[in-house]
Amino acid sequence: MSHTEYNKNIIEPPLIQNNPTFGSITGDVSGLVEARTPMPWYLLLALSGSLALLMFGMIGYLVYEGVGIWGLNVPVGWGWAIINFVFWVGIGHAGTLISAILFLLRQKWRTSINRFAEGMTLFAVICALIFPGIHVGRIWVVYWLLPYPNQMSMWPNFRSPLVWDIFAVATYFLVSAMFWYMGLIPDMATLRDRAKTRAKKIIYGFLAIGWRGGNRQWKHYEMAYLLLAGLSTPLVLSVHSVVSTDFATSVLPGWHTTIFPPYFVAGAVFSGFAMVTTLAIIVRKIFKIEHIITMNHLDKMAKIMLATGMMVGYAYSVEFFMAWYSGNEYEIFTFVNRALGPYAWGYWIMISCNVFVPQLFWFKKFRKSIPVLFVASILINIGMWFERFVIVVSSLSRDFLPSSWDYYKPTIFDIGTFIGSFGLFLTLFLLFVRFLPIIAMSEVKGVLPQADPHRHSQHK
Amino acid sequence: MAQIFPRWTNKTPRVILITAVTAFAAIVAFFWYFGSPKYTDAGYRPVQPVPYSHKLHAGDLELDCRYCHWAVEISESANVPSTQICMNCHSLILTESEKLMPLRESIGNNVPVQWIRVHMLPDYVYFDHGAHLNAGVGCVTCHGNVAEMEIVSQISPLSMSWCLECHRNPAPNLRPVDQITNMNWQPPEDQKSFAEQVLKEKNIYPPVACSGCHR
Repeated sequence: MSHTEYNKNIIEPPLIQNNPTFGSITGDVSGLVEARTPMPWYLLLALSGSLALLMFGMIGYLVYEGVGIWGLNVPVGWGWAIINFVFWVGIGHAGTLISAILFLLRQKWRTSINRFAEGMTLFAVICALIFPGIHVGRIWVVYWLLPYPNQMSMWPNFRSPLVWDIFAVATYFLVSAMFWYMGLIPDMATLRDRAKTRAKKIIYGFLAIGWRGGNRQWKHYEMAYLLLAGLSTPLVLSVHSVVSTDFATSVLPGWHTTIFPPYFVAGAVFSGFAMVTTLAIIVRKIFKIEHIITMNHLDKMAKIMLATGMMVGYAYSVEFFMAWYSGNEYEIFTFVNRALGPYAWGYWIMISCNVFVPQLFWFKKFRKSIPVLFVASILINIGMWFERFVIVVSSLSRDFLPSSWDYYKPTIFDIGTFIGSFGLFLTLFLLFVRFLPIIAMSEVKGVLPQADPHRHSQHK
Repeated sequence: MAQIFPRWTNKTPRVILITAVTAFAAIVAFFWYFGSPKYTDAGYRPVQPVPYSHKLHAGDLELDCRYCHWAVEISESANVPSTQICMNCHSLILTESEKLMPLRESIGNNVPVQWIRVHMLPDYVYFDHGAHLNAGVGCVTCHGNVAEMEIVSQISPLSMSWCLECHRNPAPNLRPVDQITNMNWQPPEDQKSFAEQVLKEKNIYPPVACSGCHR
């Protein structure tokens, strides 16, 4: 192999295409915020806003009438509410992984996607937090979940993972929001300096909290960003581990397994990257920023989906192996029932979407194909929703006492609330893409070749 | 380029921080004091249809509590006396009194007097007077010195933490069963060993789990 051939294979394509300058990046990204609002945006907002209102209507009826409007029955006391919670929290994992872990690992390609991935994280966690909030039944005393001194001398049960959940998810939300805003500050200053109207100057100026872009400010800023990245890195792993203990610390076969924390974290990253891919494909097409979010970025995300998809598939098989290896007939029954019982259809949707679909990404052809990536990323999220469905429902519906076995079916209110949560998610996302810079301008500039002071040197 | 923000905006972060901390402390303090049953419930003192004085009857005349509230040791409820019990005496004493008019109307029309309940527990709380009295908790422990009250008022908050305080450590509030209605009983020097003996003899384990009271 000659020297040039070797180089051709190992050198990465440029992260940002079309020979950008610092000015062109600022123009491309700020332009999206400054341009007139396109008509389709209003249509989409009307649609997603209506769905969000549908969800709030459903919640209103739930508060009025009680959780009896859902399809819960006696063995299946946890239904779609908990499935949707785990689903949304899982999706919320990609943002912080991209912004914190990939930052610490010096993965420069993250800069093109981190801003909207972090935004997506926040919106997904907001959707997630709704479900445990409304499933408690007496929603007006939901603050009892928090430990605070009260006249009843009553505290939450600190040995219960449901309390850890409150802390884990709330911490995750706060740190993610802080990290997101921190990254936005220099870009807010850019928008402030480009603003034409007084109102915009004041709003973006307020959000930029006095950023001038001086050397000292950058020095402190980068140190603070690094520290926040270090702080949020363990959170990426801890949040879904804690969510998994909601199940793992119970005694129900199918839930009571030590593999749950890593299995859930891998699944969360898997579904989070699938959602980022879906959104990235739409966003880069609509806003014509294919030179900033390149095929190279999508290719890398497909590889992460392949890796985490394999981990999830491995976890599925280990669960079966452990059931057989335990020699415990009830444990064996639970898993045979999953694959062949009344919810086998859900199990095989899960296996098809989560284990078979990602295998496409072994091939470069599919990793570079927008239609394949788009459909596969959506199928993966369908599969990940069904993973939670299979875990929650198939384990509960065949519990210890065969006389109490029952088949769980959702009602129109379960379905409406879940569909409505997508409306809320999209509404927040649409507001975000309209009023905030969807690409981290300052960070993208940092990975351009011009930003490297030694770019002309022979001794790199 | 003209400045967007005037100079005083430099101070806003500090002002916001101080305001937020102060406001948070003020809100906590407000609910701590005004939201507590010590404020909202204790001190309730309704005017009864008959100006009955516990001070006169239980204090000066030394009637035993159980003369009127006769079911208190055998029932969960310390019954409100019927008009007939009042009339045991008042058919002979103060028969012409204006103040006792509602009593005579009650007995004449065969309709109970509409006494107003002072100590109200929520419906989801199970409370048994008999169990507490037989364990040796005196009237005065929860109701205060009723024998000195012209008009009865609620002196205890009746909050859940107040119940639990005693359920977790009942020893200081136990007395010999024959002293339960004594308003002036003082705990002896050896209250601790006395209480321990009572708890052991009567096999008393005050429930502190939810279902003890929320059945």
